[in-house]
Amino acid sequence: MLESLLVVLLIGAVAWIGSCIGLTAVFGILLPYVAVLVFLVGIVRRMIYWAKSPVPFAIPTTGGQERSLDFIKQEKFDCPSTKFGVVIRMILEVCLFRSLFRNTQACSFENDQATGGYRVVYYSSKWLWFFSLLFHYCFLIVFLRHFRFFIEPVPCCVSFIEAVDGFLQIGAPRFFLTGGLLLVALVFLLCRRIFNERIRYISLANDYFPLWLLIGIVVSGLCLRYFDKAEIAQVKIFIMGLTHFSPVIQGLDLNGMFIVHLTLVSTLLIYFPYSKLVHMPGVFFSPTRNLPTNTREVRHINPWNPPKQFFTYPEYEDTYRDAMAQAGLPLEKQPDKKS
Amino acid sequence: MAKLPTPQMLMASRPELPKESWLDIKPEFAPGSYCYPEKKETMELLHMPNPHDWDPSAEDWNLPENWEQILCDAFEERLQKHRSLKLFMDICVRCGACADKCHFFLGTNDPKNMPVLRAELLRSLYRRDHTMLGKLLGKKVGARDWDKSVVKELFYYAYQCTECRRCSLFCPYGIDTAEITAIVRELMHEVGLGTHWIMDPVKNCSFTGNHLGIKPHSFKEIVEMLADDCETVTGIRPKTPFNEKGHEILFITPSGDVFADPGIYTFMGYLLLFHELDLDYTFSTYASEGGNFGSFTSFNMAKKLNAKMYAEAERLGVKWILGGECGHMWRVVNQYMETYNGPTPPNMTIPKSPITGTVFKNAAATKMVHITEFTADLIRHGKIKLDPSRNDHIITTFHDSCNPARAMGLLEEPRYILKHVCNHFVEMPENTIREQTFCCGAGSGLNTEEIMELRMRSGMPRGNALRYVQQKYGVNHMACCCAIDRATLPPLANYWAPGVNVSGIHELVANALVMKGEAKRTMDLRQEDLPNVDADEAEAEEGR
Repeated sequence: MLESLLVVLLIGAVAWIGSCIGLTAVFGILLPYVAVLVFLVGIVRRMIYWAKSPVPFAIPTTGGQERSLDFIKQEKFDCPSTKFGVVIRMILEVCLFRSLFRNTQACSFENDQATGGYRVVYYSSKWLWFFSLLFHYCFLIVFLRHFRFFIEPVPCCVSFIEAVDGFLQIGAPRFFLTGGLLLVALVFLLCRRIFNERIRYISLANDYFPLWLLIGIVVSGLCLRYFDKAEIAQVKIFIMGLTHFSPVIQGLDLNGMFIVHLTLVSTLLIYFPYSKLVHMPGVFFSPTRNLPTNTREVRHINPWNPPKQFFTYPEYEDTYRDAMAQAGLPLEKQPDKKS
Repeated sequence: MAKLPTPQMLMASRPELPKESWLDIKPEFAPGSYCYPEKKETMELLHMPNPHDWDPSAEDWNLPENWEQILCDAFEERLQKHRSLKLFMDICVRCGACADKCHFFLGTNDPKNMPVLRAELLRSLYRRDHTMLGKLLGKKVGARDWDKSVVKELFYYAYQCTECRRCSLFCPYGIDTAEITAIVRELMHEVGLGTHWIMDPVKNCSFTGNHLGIKPHSFKEIVEMLADDCETVTGIRPKTPFNEKGHEILFITPSGDVFADPGIYTFMGYLLLFHELDLDYTFSTYASEGGNFGSFTSFNMAKKLNAKMYAEAERLGVKWILGGECGHMWRVVNQYMETYNGPTPPNMTIPKSPITGTVFKNAAATKMVHITEFTADLIRHGKIKLDPSRNDHIITTFHDSCNPARAMGLLEEPRYILKHVCNHFVEMPENTIREQTFCCGAGSGLNTEEIMELRMRSGMPRGNALRYVQQKYGVNHMACCCAIDRATLPPLANYWAPGVNVSGIHELVANALVMKGEAKRTMDLRQEDLPNVDADEAEAEEGR
């Protein structure tokens, strides 16, 4: 856990020092280009890697009543038998974290009155669902807000998001709610890993590192906006240069914190395709979610289905013919008459 | 079998989470924590790879010399064959939502029984060879090398998972531990490691047609005895057609129902119902197994054992297959059968109930209907006469079996039937039923005696929920639609909620079924006196 924090701090420190000793071009231009390239190529390669293996069996997890008799109501989205139903199921899964919404927590009681002894109750538990959703949506909005730096003129939808995000109208520059909430959500997810005994037990460095990295990105971003402020006009010229493949850096006043922020984001992009963060494209591939539950209605084809090899009826009858004849069971071939 | 500790002691004896990292802990094969290994001869007979004698509690498992190469190659092959495996190795974020969803974890508090860590056992090996970070950083990022203790660990935990898929329901990415467990078991079989309780039925099924190894003449004899029992109870001897050609329907149910109490009463229920309907059907002594222990062994073994169903349907020229109450049988039938052994033979048509005319469109390809779908439809159309008051001494609840619930979505049909054949039906707490149902604790081939204490632990969530409704609502009966449940729930109920009986749905159906020309019922199918009937009155009525 601390190791991951140290690594993130180290990356930040290297970037800061780099910007001080005149390596701004390395961290500001070279690294972001490399990062975007690694990200895109890495993600596409991972998806191709998955897609290369077939889906031999249709194994959707049925989360509700199947489609069967007319008078029995089917759960059309938790147990979808049509393509449309599957699309809705996937939308619910990806946009609202449907499965996580079901989460329960098992609590045990030693002396329960109802059972006269030990009892386990499974309470609904929505914390993980809530903070995960909060994190992902805040991240999305913060990401979209950054398009202010990528596009000129600023699209009106981006301005609209900013207006809504800053509706509290606190401070100057105006406080964006999502920035703060993003940090809150990340701290929750981190604390869960540190203080929940079970989650701590299963957590690896690869779980802490992305959390610390994201926290680093958010904190450096908040600093740039509210404390160690970046020259927005200069940043925009710089970013526009990057996006138009004609980077400019000479004569721009980019502070060290900005380079740190950019470096951490680049690190995230490079790390992404080689880590658990591939759950983002991965969830769309999940065969327990993205297949219809019509497995008795439509035949699913397995491309490597081996040839049938089994104990056939003729072999069976050959083995047991006499006993079957004695028992009066119908036969394909009568036993040889004994002399 | 050693004497079991009391439920309180059992729960109090769960250890705290260990201090050391799970990567540093090696499994201990204490008696009662593992299933007995399969015999070498059986494995040879089945042409399984690398058959050998071994003992799980021994230090040396006599693995083949190049075991590491075999396992690495086999793992690689599975990655190429199953997108699910690649994906489930890559996308887990270790959010922990699955942890307390597993009945094995709840019952043992062994961290490697959290579905996430069960998968990490394999994922750690995947990381070493298939991820950049694992190659670079090794153990720091949870990657490790194969060694013999890792093989032991994989074996140990692959047989402490019942492939119930409860975790997959809660996983935000739908990671299905059943898939991972199934593949780990395949890998173990590559180096000759399997359990007796699974491979013996597989052997039997391969050569006699059913798990119990009942030969054709004995099968017929047993069923006819059950038909005699039906006559004792109802005064009517149901017909028992075997291997007959030209019928409309082939009926296949798990062989456990022919053999073991209380499954036999469910089987008698089928006989009586079909007789009352004058159903045009036949049994087969060849396709006499609905269940499929091959599905606990490997995908190909499951295919092999399943192949008999369509082969026999073709030989007998039936139009469709009706399937009995069974859990993993329906996982295979619903999600694998058509893929394995389809397309269906040309003589088969889309199932249509000959009694109500209902067309089962949802079974258009597989052409196999679940008996509760069939019976619920009968009741809906008023085609059978029921007297639920005959079950008035029963306050029943319903245990959803994992596979019909989470691999099929069969939730309402059995409830619809139960509510029509029983006047007193009570649900267990809501997060323990329907798609969130808890396993009986001994599915997927773990219903063996030598791990009884482990079974009582893993069955704790189910047993505890049952105890709750027993104490609160006086529930004295638990219905289920799974043959393995009918074998595993009685000891579970006896331990966690003594006094609760277990039965299949169709036992209760037949108890309530008013048959044409039947004698007045004074006893149920178990030949126990019905408490609400005055025997003298019954005799008087018969005399009339």
